[in-house]
Amino acid sequence: MIAGLYIDGQSALHRAQAGAKILAMIALGTGVFLIPDWPVVAFVLATVLLLYPVSGFGPRIIWAQIKPILWLLVIFFAVQFWLNDWQAGLLVVTRIAAIVMFASLVTLTTKTSDLLASLERAMQPLRPIGVNPEKVSLAISMVLRFIPVISTVASEIRDAQRARGLDRSVVAMVVPLIIRTLKMADDVADAIDARSFD
Amino acid sequence: MKTKDIVYIALFAALTAVLGLFPPITLPVTGVPVTAQSLGPMLAGAILGARRGGLSIVLFLVLVAVGLPLLSGGRGGFGVMIGVTGGFMFGWAISAFVIGLLIEKFWNRLNVFNAALSIAFGGIVVLYAIGNAWVAVVAEISYWQATVGAAPFLIGDAIKVVIATVVCLAVRRSYPLISKAG
Repeated sequence: MIAGLYIDGQSALHRAQAGAKILAMIALGTGVFLIPDWPVVAFVLATVLLLYPVSGFGPRIIWAQIKPILWLLVIFFAVQFWLNDWQAGLLVVTRIAAIVMFASLVTLTTKTSDLLASLERAMQPLRPIGVNPEKVSLAISMVLRFIPVISTVASEIRDAQRARGLDRSVVAMVVPLIIRTLKMADDVADAIDARSFD
Repeated sequence: MKTKDIVYIALFAALTAVLGLFPPITLPVTGVPVTAQSLGPMLAGAILGARRGGLSIVLFLVLVAVGLPLLSGGRGGFGVMIGVTGGFMFGWAISAFVIGLLIEKFWNRLNVFNAALSIAFGGIVVLYAIGNAWVAVVAEISYWQATVGAAPFLIGDAIKVVIATVVCLAVRRSYPLISKAG
C-alpha cells in the first residue's frame, strides 16, 4: 500500500472533520481572491503558517510544502513588479502561498482513508444521475492495488528491453507496458464478474 | 458501465501513476524537466476513448487530491490541485476526454496524421488553454503572458505527442478497444 502524505498527530486540526476542512479550504481559497490588499492577505498567510506549529509541524515540514512552488512565486513576483509595482507582486505571492500552505495543511492533517470516506458520502446524492459509489470505491481500491503490480511489470519490461539495447526507447517501454496492462484488465474483469460483483 | 470498463479506468489511472515514477528528462538549453507522466492523459484518451479515458484521469486526480503522492516527484495533496498548476491538473482530464472523442471519430480511418492531430489538439491546445487561463487568474497576468511563460514546456509536449501517436497506433493494431466499445 502506498503511504499517503498524512502525518500523524493529535492536534485540533487532526481531529477536525475531513469535510469541514475541505469547506474551510474552499472558503479560504475564495476569500483571498476577493481581498485586494496585500497586508490583509499577508495576515491570512501568517495565520495559516501559525497553524503549522499549532498542529505539531516544524519548520522542516513548512519548507517542504513551500519549496516546490518557490521558483514560481519568485517569477510571479518579478512579473508583477515589472508590469505594476511591488505591492501587486506581494499580493499575488502571498495569495498563492496562503492557498497552497492551507491546502497542504489539510492534506498533512487528514488521513487519506477519511477523505475517501467523505468522498463516498458526498457521492451518495449523485446516484440518480448514474454515479455508483460502490463502483467508484472498487475502482479506487483497484488503482491502489495495481500501482505496485504495473510498476513491477514496468521494471521487468525495462530489463527485457535493456537486454535488446532498447532501454532508451520510450515507445519500446510503453507499448508492451500498455498491452500487458490491458491483458491484465481482461483477467481482473473476469475475476470480478466470476464473483458476481454488480 | 460494465465491469471491464471500470477495470480499464482503474488500470489506466494506475498506469498514469506508474509513468510518474520514471525519472524526468531535463531538456538541454532550456532546462525544462519533461516527465513521462503527462503521457498518461494522452494515452488514456487515445486508447480507452473519451468516456473511459476521461474518467481514468479523473480517478487518478481524485487519488492525488486525497493525499497520495502519485504525481511525478512524489507530489500530491490539495496544494497541487488548487495551486498554480491546478488548471493543468483539471485540464488533463478534459484533454483525455477530447483526445478520446477525436480518436473515436477517426477510428475507422485512423492514421499517423489524424491521430497526431487529435492528440496534439487535446493534449496541447485544450490542455494549455485551460492551464494558462488558470495561471493567468492566479498570477494576475494576461492570458497572453501566461501563454508566453508556458512556451518552453511545448518542446516536451511535442515529443510526447509523437510518442503517444506511435504507441496509440501500435496498440490499435494489436489490442483495439475503441471499436469493441463502439
